[in-house]
Formats: sequence, C-alpha cells, structure tokens
Amino acid sequence: MTHIAVVDYGMGNLRSVAKAFEYVAPHARVEVTRDPAVVASADRVVFPGQGAMPDCMRELEATGLREAVLQAAREKPFLGICIGLQMLFEWSEEGGVAGLGVLPGKVLRFPSQGMMDADGRKLKVPHMGWNQVYPVIDHPLWRGIATDARFYFVHSYYPEPGRPALVAGYSLYPFAFTCAVAQGNLFAVQFHPEKSQAAGLRLLANFVAWDGAYDGAGAFS
Amino acid sequence: MGLAKRIIPCLDVDKGRVVKGVSFANLRDAGDPVEIARRYDEQGADELAFLDITASAEERDTIVPIIEQVAAQVFIPLTVGGGVRTVQDVRNLLNAGADKVSINTAAVQHPDFVAEASGRFGSQCIVVAIDAKRVAGAERWEVYTHGGRRATGIDAVEWARRMQALGAGELLLTSMDRDGTKSGFDVELTRAVCDAVDIPVIASGGVGHLDHLVEGVVRGHADAVLAASIFHYGEYTVRQAKEHMARHGIEVRW
Repeated sequence: MTHIAVVDYGMGNLRSVAKAFEYVAPHARVEVTRDPAVVASADRVVFPGQGAMPDCMRELEATGLREAVLQAAREKPFLGICIGLQMLFEWSEEGGVAGLGVLPGKVLRFPSQGMMDADGRKLKVPHMGWNQVYPVIDHPLWRGIATDARFYFVHSYYPEPGRPALVAGYSLYPFAFTCAVAQGNLFAVQFHPEKSQAAGLRLLANFVAWDGAYDGAGAFS
Repeated sequence: MGLAKRIIPCLDVDKGRVVKGVSFANLRDAGDPVEIARRYDEQGADELAFLDITASAEERDTIVPIIEQVAAQVFIPLTVGGGVRTVQDVRNLLNAGADKVSINTAAVQHPDFVAEASGRFGSQCIVVAIDAKRVAGAERWEVYTHGGRRATGIDAVEWARRMQALGAGELLLTSMDRDGTKSGFDVELTRAVCDAVDIPVIASGGVGHLDHLVEGVVRGHADAVLAASIFHYGEYTVRQAKEHMARHGIEVRW
C-alpha cells in the first residue's frame, strides 16, 4: 500500500487534491500532513500550492517543512502542482522572491501588453479555464493522455525553465509557455490535475503507479 | 487552439434540494444536487456553480455535506455562493471541497471583505457575484443585493472595476431583468462589464435557448456562460450546448 503525503504548509485547501488521489487510488494511504517526518517517510510526495508565491514560501519556512520538501524532491516520486511547481524554481516575479531552487529558471507574470487572441480580443489574466496541453517528452505521467488534452488552469504566472530539457509540456496563451516540467523523480504541472476530470485523474493515477524513474532521454523524435 | 469558453450549469440549492424559480420567486423542485452534479459532469460541464438560496443561517449548513459529497465524486471546479459573509464562511466552504466561493451582498456591505478573503485564500478562489438591473431608459446598470431585492445606487461597471482592484479573481454577472425570463442575456450589460475588467467574467441570467449562450460569448464577450433551467428540465444537455457553440466557431472543451 503506497503512502502518499500531500504537503500542507497552511496555504489553501488541499482537500481537492487528497480527494482526487483517494478516488484514483482507493487502496493508497493518502495523508494531508504538516509533519516533516511524514513527508520524509512517505513513498511519494505531492506538493500543491494556492495563492501568492511569497506567502507560500514564507509559510513553508514557518512550518519547518522546507528541508523535508527539498529532500523529497531529490529522492522519491514527487509531484508539484500550480504554486507547488513555481516554488521549485530559483526566483519569481511575484513579489520578487527566491524559490527553492530545485530547478534552474524563473517564474514570470503574463505580460500586460500584447495578450490578444486570434480575433484580436484581449486575453484575461488570470489564465483561467480549460486549455490544451501538448506533451513534448515521452514520460510515464503522460501515458494514456491525448497529446492535446485539456486541463484546468488558474494562474497569472508561469515558469521559464533555465534548461530546455526540463520542459515536459507546453500550452498556448497566446504564446507557448511551459506548463509541465520533469527531472528524474520529479514532475510538476502548472494546471490542476485534481480539477481536470478524466485527463487529470489519469495523470494522478499515472503518478501513483510511477516508480520515479525518468532518465531525461524520452524526447519525442 | 487555446482557452475554451466555459459552460457552467448552476444549481440553486434550498434546504438541500435543487430548485429553480422565476426572478427569484416561485421555486420549483428540480432534484437531488449530487445526482444532478454527476449528470452534468458526465455531459461535459466545465465547472459547476452552487447557489445556496436558503434564507436562514441554521439551514444554510445543509450545503456543506452536499459540497463534500459532490467534491468526492466530481473532479471539475466547484463554485459555491449564497450568504457568504465571513472569512470563516469562506473557509468552511473551501474545506468542504469548494474551489471558489462567490461573495455578493457582503461585498457591497463591506468591500474590504473581498480584499481580506482574497488576501487570505488567494484571488483564484474569490468570485464576486454582481446582480445588476438596467436603469430605466439609460445605458447603465445598478447593483442590487439580497437576492435582487435591494437597490444600492452603485454603478455595475464601476463596481466591477473596484472588485477587481480589491482582489476578486473572477466576476459572476447576473442581469436581474433577464434572470428566469428565458429571453437571453443582457448582452449590453455583459459586454460593458467584460470589456471594463481584466479578470474573467461569467455571464448569467436569462438563458432559454442555445443561441443565447453563443450571444453571451460572441456579442457579450463573456469568458464563461452560466445557465440553470435549460439543463435542469432536460431541454438541452451540456453536450448539446457545446455542440451548438462549436458550430458557431466558439472553442469548447470536449
């Protein structure tokens, strides 16, 4: 029975994430936790996030979970979601704060100028709703998911990885931005798989089944 | 290619049952909320909205177990509103499984509550619901509260801008003139608000035909369209609504 720790550092509601895992993995032990020891002992770790990144970083420090999260991100199947993805990078334009620096790169805000759709109408920020996700690598977490499946997004900032090899998928709004990254045992997404119906549940089920192995050589030829 | 326009079935909930009235009166029973939510999810609804129209504060707690049950089975965004007045109300609904909470009357009474709630929980989960009524003979609209019973004198477009500034992540805009009439959205109102703000706007009030959904997006510039009765009584499925929108060149999620 796999033990999944959902890291709770006091930012936002993690019930949706936990419920979705309980649904796709009824035999797993899903634990929403503030205890670094639980994060350290779990088989796999989910790192969600809601709200503003400066608040999330501050709470992560205050709850003493930073080290446990850093360690988990290095050694076991690890899934970052939304701000949980953004916090893995070195720096965010949101509040100009440093992230955990697990991945090279930065997090930027959608520009206030030039955000137009094909009809010339202004695109709203936050980017909220169902957008198509295009995988660029052959990764176990993408298995069984269409190459243009729609996932639910709600965010105003997006990651710009420092190494192109980290990009696992992108989306268009209106330019191509990275919405999924992969490195070894780590996978992180900007969208909300727990709110993305069939495609999202499939990604979570893939994470539960994943052994954490990915050698980075899975680029589509 | 890009972001899909959303279709959001709305469930008006009174004492634990889904109901639908005309212009906030004459309520009719439309069924079990969990069953209805599941049906809409299967049909491809992009999101679900629950509006708790229960009058008394004690009975209002009946919404919490319903949201818990829906959230355990339906994995699309859930917005819950109706009588949300305090940070604790917001927290209770989020803990029950709501992804967004909509604030209406309390935003007018205490605009700082919107700032407080979005500061605490993030603007992504704070929706401000605006009930607006056309000022007779003018191209402007006034904000109403208390389920459309009380005029405020506030201009709806200015109010929309102010709510965005205070941290609303989305607006749910209802035309009081059209709600329950099945005569279509107030397109001018929808467009005036949508063009005035940078955050997404959900158009609501008046959908009686699938062409109305198209109008809301194409002429009203809405990011999402909300409807209740056309879905509750089986006139149309969400799928049929999406097919109709797609035929008119609107991008939808399948």
